[in-house]
Amino acid sequence: MTDFVHPVERRQTMTLADDDRLHRELADTWYVPRGIIGWFSVADHKTIGKRYITTAFCFFIFAGILAVLMRIQLAVPNNHFLGPDLYNQIFTVHGSTMMFLFAVPVMEAMGIYLVPLMVGTRNIAFPRLNAFSYYVYLFGGIMLVVTMFLNTAPDVGWFSYVPLAGPDYTPGKRADFWAQLITFTEVAGLAVAVELVATIFKSRAPGMSLNRMPLFVWALLVTAFMVIFALPAVVTDSGFLLLDRLVGTHFYNPAEGGDALLWQHLFWFFGHPEVYIIFVPALGMVSSIIAAFTSRPIFGYTAMVISLVATGFIGFGLWVHHMFATGLPALGLEYFTAASIVIALPSGIQIFCWIASLWRGRPRFHTPLLFAIGFIVIFVLGGLSGVTLASVPFDLQVHDSYYVVAHFHYVLLGGAVFPLIGGIYFWYPKITGRMMDDGLGKFTFWTLFVGFNVTFFPMHILGFEGMRRRVYTYPDNMGWNTWNLVSSLGALLLIVGGALFVYNVVRSYRWGVAAGDNPWGADTLEWSVSSPPPVYNFLYVPVVEGRSALWDRTPDAPVVTGLRSDVREVLLTDVMDAEPITVTEYPEPSLWPFSCAVVTSAFFVASIFTPWSVPAAVIPLAITLIGWFWPKKRDRERMNEEQAEEGRTPSPPLATMREVRT
Amino acid sequence: MTSAEAARAPETRRVLDVTVLPRTVFGHQGLIWWGTTGFMVIEGSMFVMVIIVYFYLRLQVSEWPPSLPNPGLLYGTANLLLVFVSLIPAVIAKKKAEAFDLAGVRLWLGILVAFGVVSVVLRAFEYTALNCRWDDNAYGSIVWVLLSLHTTHVATDVADSAVLLTLAFTGPNSKKRFVDYSENSLYWYFIVSWWVPIYLTIYFMPRWL
Repeated sequence: MTDFVHPVERRQTMTLADDDRLHRELADTWYVPRGIIGWFSVADHKTIGKRYITTAFCFFIFAGILAVLMRIQLAVPNNHFLGPDLYNQIFTVHGSTMMFLFAVPVMEAMGIYLVPLMVGTRNIAFPRLNAFSYYVYLFGGIMLVVTMFLNTAPDVGWFSYVPLAGPDYTPGKRADFWAQLITFTEVAGLAVAVELVATIFKSRAPGMSLNRMPLFVWALLVTAFMVIFALPAVVTDSGFLLLDRLVGTHFYNPAEGGDALLWQHLFWFFGHPEVYIIFVPALGMVSSIIAAFTSRPIFGYTAMVISLVATGFIGFGLWVHHMFATGLPALGLEYFTAASIVIALPSGIQIFCWIASLWRGRPRFHTPLLFAIGFIVIFVLGGLSGVTLASVPFDLQVHDSYYVVAHFHYVLLGGAVFPLIGGIYFWYPKITGRMMDDGLGKFTFWTLFVGFNVTFFPMHILGFEGMRRRVYTYPDNMGWNTWNLVSSLGALLLIVGGALFVYNVVRSYRWGVAAGDNPWGADTLEWSVSSPPPVYNFLYVPVVEGRSALWDRTPDAPVVTGLRSDVREVLLTDVMDAEPITVTEYPEPSLWPFSCAVVTSAFFVASIFTPWSVPAAVIPLAITLIGWFWPKKRDRERMNEEQAEEGRTPSPPLATMREVRT
Repeated sequence: MTSAEAARAPETRRVLDVTVLPRTVFGHQGLIWWGTTGFMVIEGSMFVMVIIVYFYLRLQVSEWPPSLPNPGLLYGTANLLLVFVSLIPAVIAKKKAEAFDLAGVRLWLGILVAFGVVSVVLRAFEYTALNCRWDDNAYGSIVWVLLSLHTTHVATDVADSAVLLTLAFTGPNSKKRFVDYSENSLYWYFIVSWWVPIYLTIYFMPRWL
């Protein structure tokens, strides 16, 4: 630590003309390439973030349509709108798409777009890896959608239990497509997690020590760590499934020393943290929204951060509560009951902190805040049914029933989608430069809120009445008719709400009111730049003076100078205190990540059909990876500059800046 | 926001001039270390998962290995000794890289690549000494996966080191490249350290459990 070189603090005159020149140079340097080749070469976090978010919402709509088809099928007894085989494919693809192609990616995508802006840097760390991640995700998603239209979609449920998903009970390739979907999405998700950790730890603006980091950034940091530790379990799990199905290994075959429950352990060791991976970023969004609309910092910052981190840890100790009905030893189950109840504590702390913030602030009830409050209501209900499910005797009664379906939709839709939609209303002005219609937004909120409860609350009752999940129809005399019909009518309201939301997004893009830099008067750094942000994000990287970067900023706040404007230089800072440490260069846009993603995707799909895809992929993969890594023009320039630099001593500061010492 | 607008264009401004900061740093102060470490943690988690599965599967049967001979020790042990010795060129290559000593990097990275190639060749012989096939039973499956997972890492890193070695000769070698030379050794340490528990699992657990 002692060998830090400290940046020089001084006063400097800068005219508007200087700013203007710097703007032109930075815009030139950080350009987003155009044209078809340019489109596939982009490495800007905002462009990739927008694509990620838009793609995730397309998958959301796709999976939503599948949900509606299921509700049509279940609206009345003995219905033949969908046959059992198609119904199996539909509920599997609905769940898999929502979890793997919508919920996790969209949360990471919000991080991709917002985190670099919130921490005050010019791009995400490893920008080309970010582009690679997007294409792998996109191709994986397309693969799953295509299988749906080819009648070869997975049909074994979103958690694909063996032995049902094993080679004996699901011949053909349906389960393989599911397993490989996991590979696609996990490769993409892990790459983004590493980028986010590196961005958050190393490229925060000077002064943004860890204890001044926005809660949204904390949430994404916890999420990224959870992704890093949880996803390898499911990659292992689905990898074993593919091997069992393709080359005859016996991981899940009890006849040859394998074990079917091994699947469930590995799956839920990932699957339970997955719920928090989806939900923790949403907590960050709620904190951002509540702070902005109460015009005060969130009450209990430290407690909030500790709760987020605690959620991250405890989330890994709950997985067996998905397996209460598998006959595991009772002592083990008791531990998991206790752990499952414990996780309610950090969630409870956060809820109370938000309520306190609303109580002590002067809330302005715009659409984003309505969604945040709607989240609190729905999430508390989902949390309560979760606490009931933590009890083994109760869980055994309602296991695999619609009570569970109701519970996880309350937690996931209420806990993640409501804050996300609130977040879209909140950050849309920043991303597009235009406001979404607030009146229509409020109407949309109430439609979705009522529609959600009408759709999913009856499922609790259906579960109590014994209706099992995943049945494609039911007889007339079970007493389930009314609640199923009510639930299906609620789904219609959800469609109306969803359509209004999409209409608002599309319409506002063209005709929305111009937003200005900070329409909500919020406190985080992204609101200090224009809407939409310039390609380089910050003309001068700011120096952060307090926890609420904009509210705590003094009129004479310093800014960072000395970053070159002719190459993509980025300031790196210390993990704890965000002391400036070094300056690094980010790469130019490149077609290689896209090429590598194409080869990787072809390899993943081919490996569903033949193990020979592995040797076949080695050379193309090596070519694209080496091409990606191979020195570019800039590497030679840099070497020449360094050699020229060594001839001159001492190296002067940027000659173009006129400085006035005070 | 009025304060934001006010901060946009004053005549004189307090600045933090970072021109003096170093452009090349090694280790955890730089970004490459974080990327490398991030992926080491991910891959390490996968190793942990697979080793846990090994012991989990052990609990499912009474005999271990189930009706199969123990794996032969020769090649795996030879490989263990080999990769231990390979740490010497790896450490020296890292030191040379951090001293921007190109000739030293070429020499010691070259030696490291040679060790890596021999390790991969020995690995091929290891498969013949496992005394099982992946489709014999669950024991065979997990042993093959454990060995293959590690082999993939060794082979990838040898290829990666070979590319770096080529670059060390062809250039351009800006200072940034020396960070790559340095972190390459870090990744090799990771691979070598994981070979110890994996070696013990594959070769000794059948004897001890």
